[in-house]
Amino acid sequence: MILYIARRLVWTIVVVFCVIGITYIVFYKLPAGNPALRFAGHSPTQAELTEIEHRLGLDRPWYVQFGKFAYHFFVGDKYGWPGLGYTFASGASVKSLIFARAPRTLLLIAGAAVLWLFSGVAIGVISAVRRRSIVDRAAMGFALFGISTPVFWLGLMMLYIFWSRLGWTAGTGYVSPANSPTSFFSHMILPWITLALLYAAFYARMTRNNLLETLGEDYIRTARAKGLSERSVIFKHGLRASLTPIVTMFGMDVALLVGGAVITESVFNLQGLGYLAINSALNQDLPIVAGVVLLAAVAVALANLVVDILYAFIDPRVRYA
Amino acid sequence: MSADGQERRLLDVRGLTVRFPTPDGVVQAVSDVSFALSRGETLGVVGESGSGKSVSNLAIMGLLNRARTTIAGEVMFKGRNLLTLPPDQLRKVRGKEIAMVFQDPFASLHPMYRVGAQIAEAVTAHEDVDKDRAWGRAVELLDRVGIPNAPSRARDYPHQFSGGMRQRAMIAMALVHNPDILICDEPTTALDVTVQAQILELIEDVKREFDIGVILVTHDLGVIAETANSVMVMYAGRIMEYGPAAEVFGRPQHPYAWGLLDSMPTIDRRLAALVPIEGSPPSLLTPPSGCPFHPRCPYRFEPCPTERPPLQAPVAEAHLDACHLPWEKKVELGSQRAKKVAAGAAA
Repeated sequence: MILYIARRLVWTIVVVFCVIGITYIVFYKLPAGNPALRFAGHSPTQAELTEIEHRLGLDRPWYVQFGKFAYHFFVGDKYGWPGLGYTFASGASVKSLIFARAPRTLLLIAGAAVLWLFSGVAIGVISAVRRRSIVDRAAMGFALFGISTPVFWLGLMMLYIFWSRLGWTAGTGYVSPANSPTSFFSHMILPWITLALLYAAFYARMTRNNLLETLGEDYIRTARAKGLSERSVIFKHGLRASLTPIVTMFGMDVALLVGGAVITESVFNLQGLGYLAINSALNQDLPIVAGVVLLAAVAVALANLVVDILYAFIDPRVRYA
Repeated sequence: MSADGQERRLLDVRGLTVRFPTPDGVVQAVSDVSFALSRGETLGVVGESGSGKSVSNLAIMGLLNRARTTIAGEVMFKGRNLLTLPPDQLRKVRGKEIAMVFQDPFASLHPMYRVGAQIAEAVTAHEDVDKDRAWGRAVELLDRVGIPNAPSRARDYPHQFSGGMRQRAMIAMALVHNPDILICDEPTTALDVTVQAQILELIEDVKREFDIGVILVTHDLGVIAETANSVMVMYAGRIMEYGPAAEVFGRPQHPYAWGLLDSMPTIDRRLAALVPIEGSPPSLLTPPSGCPFHPRCPYRFEPCPTERPPLQAPVAEAHLDACHLPWEKKVELGSQRAKKVAAGAAA
């Protein structure tokens, strides 16, 4: 098991650097204009441009810069380890920028994930057990609504209703829980619900379908034939077997959101990682993009590893295979 | 029926009828099935796929979704009608007084729980004992059904068991509460031939040791011939022939039973001597009128397509069948058949 995990971790590093390599290639090969122009002020001379290009390292081929990035990542730079370099725009440390933004995104994801996992699975179970009832139809109607509602619209509606009209919650922006837990909560509740709705809808549908399929299995009939209570049949025997695909999807969804919660972050002005990455990409500030991509890639790779390990605990057939 | 016979009577099924509504119409899977089971008896139920064998037993166990099936008739067990018993009381009968072993041991055990835990769960489902006691009972039963090294094998998961061992584990699970009735739904179909014999032997042993009644559902006549005391031949959801095993095998009365027996390979019958039954089983959505077997029956005559033959003994010394053929004709055809079988065996 330990050997397996070690091997997977080495692969994780390889995968992450492939992803960043691709980021560098895309950045340099796509004709998006000279980044140096952005930082050179109004009507720069050719000499000034060349000077800036040299300072930012833009005069070297992409693989040299990528090599320097990788080198600094492993041995550290003047901001310590792991070295992520400094931004084109201000020369500030990318690492401290990411560390400042990461908690916002991570807390957004964590709250939303808890919400969607529990509500989605609960709705799915009720739907499957009360199949074809009013409850089931209402729940699946909700799922359809959740899946087809655009996040930006939903976010704005939430803000309009609960902040602007009812005044029940705080509006946009982010307050650190260290400063004011209540204000943090009041600011985060709408983003959490907005982000969770889409996923809750997916999870409800998936749980329902998986559970219905599982409940048709022979071993469920065996469980009933033993004289187990219906609750035990559904939760202990049915849900256990239906959980495997849900765990897989949960791991991937959470990881993908590390760099992918941009719309929610933008609507609620949370200024998280996704927002940072998009802005930096528009400003052609490569070091920041590379830093966020690195973090997102690590999150996805680690989530995969965690899911694989969890699998072995959930399904004994994997353990001995 | 003697007083002793009455006392040993376990199950009385009368007029059991099961219908499933489907989008295409109502499927009548079981029609007017009546039979009885006593302690120490093995009732063999044979028939092709879709003849209603399994569905009848699932109905008895209350394992059909009551919301989506219509079940009529009576299943009398210890003075109670299982068909009208409230779900929570039926649950207390299931696995405790009537236990069931299913066809596919590869799919019938939960893949994610240890074998011992699944058996222990059957213990705690009906008995208020702590986990260690339940586990101990599981190990004891695994040992009883012939799992070697039971204390450590109980900790295994189902995929670490062979097919035969899984079926043994299923039987162990069924025996947890010393049930009165053991229903075995094609218990050997999914197993190797050598293992089949062991499992049948185990079921017989268990029947004698615990003095229980066994319903053995199969489409393998060889299995029935070896173990059953009485035999029920089903076709299209109806009983075609029902009587003591020696009589049904020795002097079968129904053309369908002849067909089944003649299509069964045995050690001393060559493949060329096998006679398949022409045609295929009827759709239960639109069952044939009259006798359900008439479209495939080589001896059908005037009343068969219109009148359904009742299940009755044609003469006092015969057992029950549902066939219009006059008794003399059955005797004549039966003896011709017997000669052919003897000739086939000699060839």
